[in-house]
Amino acid sequence: MSFIIQFLTELQEVGNLLWRCIKGLKKKPRYFGEIMRQMDLIGVGSLGICVLTGFFTGGVLVLQVYPTLDYYGATSNAGQGVATGLIRELGPVLTALMVAGRVGSAISAELGSMVVSQQIDAMRALGTSPARKLVTPRIIALIITLPLLTIAADMFGLIGGGLLANYLHSLDPNIYISSVRTGTHVEDLLASILKPMVFGLIIGVISCYKGLQTTGGTVGVGISVTKAVVTSSIYVIIADFFLSKVLQSAFSGTMF
Amino acid sequence: MSLFETHQQLISPSATNGSVPVGTPAIEFQDVELAFDDQIVLDKVSFTVPKGVTKIVLGSSGSGKSTIINLILGLVRPDAGRILIAGEDITPFDDMDLMRIRKRIGMVFQEGALFDSLSVYENVAYRLDEQGVDEDEVEHEVMRMLRFVDLEDAVDKMPIELSGGMRRRVGIARALVGNPDIVLFDEPTAGLDPPTARTICELAIKLRDLEDVSSIFVTHEMNNLEYLSSDYAVLDREGNVHFEQEGNNLCMLNTEVMMLREGVIIFSGSEDELKATRDPYIRRFITGK
Ligand SMILES: Nc1ncnc2c1ncn2[C@@H]1O[C@H](COP(=O)(O)OP(=O)(O)OP(=O)(O)O)[C@@H](O)[C@H]1O
Ligand SMILES: [Mg+2]
Repeated sequence: MSFIIQFLTELQEVGNLLWRCIKGLKKKPRYFGEIMRQMDLIGVGSLGICVLTGFFTGGVLVLQVYPTLDYYGATSNAGQGVATGLIRELGPVLTALMVAGRVGSAISAELGSMVVSQQIDAMRALGTSPARKLVTPRIIALIITLPLLTIAADMFGLIGGGLLANYLHSLDPNIYISSVRTGTHVEDLLASILKPMVFGLIIGVISCYKGLQTTGGTVGVGISVTKAVVTSSIYVIIADFFLSKVLQSAFSGTMF
Repeated sequence: MSLFETHQQLISPSATNGSVPVGTPAIEFQDVELAFDDQIVLDKVSFTVPKGVTKIVLGSSGSGKSTIINLILGLVRPDAGRILIAGEDITPFDDMDLMRIRKRIGMVFQEGALFDSLSVYENVAYRLDEQGVDEDEVEHEVMRMLRFVDLEDAVDKMPIELSGGMRRRVGIARALVGNPDIVLFDEPTAGLDPPTARTICELAIKLRDLEDVSSIFVTHEMNNLEYLSSDYAVLDREGNVHFEQEGNNLCMLNTEVMMLREGVIIFSGSEDELKATRDPYIRRFITGK
């Protein structure tokens, strides 16, 4: 029971933080420079790991699926298999998890150490709202960059799958590409942009919240970082399920 | 001297409007209570800091000194009681109203609390940058403040490259930018060598005597108390600042002392009264034995 109460209180506080950020959007200053800096740190900084993740995921998909396709004599559909798996699910989710690990931890560590060294208090004492100055730019940067990172991961995943199919199984690249094209639908592409935006919001809000909640010195920072990464990863996966369901129903026109 | 040029345009209009009646204390606590979980941190604390007065707050570690300062800034909310800043009750204020109050308060944090990711210049300029003051003005003001704390050479350094005393002085410069009319010092001299500590006390004396700033000065150190309650600053004809000792014919009226013990005010009065007290706890605190 106390667990449920704790969950609800946290939900309320996270909601509060988010609401303050949204309210703050109307007011000046808007910290565009800070948003740009965060996009550079989060987006450009995470490009490498996301591309690598995508590339090898595409490869492993082909590796695992190809023998089955071969059994049914459907190897020409390999591209379709990779495209569906990557663009619908693995691309957005794995990218979000990588970013939760890399960026979520960095955000909560930075904000957490600012709390324990009283920098957040100093900021408020100097008349700045930490929600607007620190939280909003990070959330916006995540919402913008995560879809872009996902697209990059998807691209490299498709390339990775194609290369592997060609290298291991001598699949004609033209067959692979045309199969990818038949396997890619507009709905999938839309979903693969919408989902990461929601994941970006989740990672941003949770990491900032956990960072700002830090108590108990440097040890507390470590705890906050762990909580931020674990919690945001879990919520990304849970949100993914419900989002997939909602989007699926919405696109097929049979809501519920 | 250049330090005391006034930059009225930097202060929010509310800080200078004359609607506050004469004699209103700069800070007033009325029966303020605060507890963290079930630990009582402040128990019915009431005191006033009249305008232009420096209130020295003594008390052992954990007695609630920093908490009082956090309450004034609205960083912590009281459980009961009222806190008035220039006659305005800030207890029901939301964040926006508090921002307005905080604009006129300068705060020197116990550990400096400089922004690690910003240079010394950007740290000191922070408040003005946030208010969107134009760059020339910011630079002029920042350099003036850094001269005030004697750190012009460190302007491009990062906080990590500074010594503890330098960090503290940057913290003071940051707090004083924009000429706040209330300044809160939280143990500004802890861990500093005696001359630097003396310099910081002199800064506080100058603010008190020449700028008419009201302040709270939290300290453990008896020589800070000595300096603040017996020295005063005067300007000579050339505009240079001099420090003079309190003589027999001069009585310091603008310094008060208050002592806390476990969230309760156990002494309030002048330094002379503090020295004359018979209370064994206070005697032990001021003599150290
Ligand atoms: N955020 C908090 N949560 C729980 N307890 C707190 C918190 N902040 C302060 N306290 C408690 O309140 C009491 C007063 O703390 P405060 O920081 O005001 O002491 P202080 O007089 O400034 O001490 P010092 O001289 O060591 O700085 C302490 O017992 C401390 O444990
Ligand atoms: Mg303290």
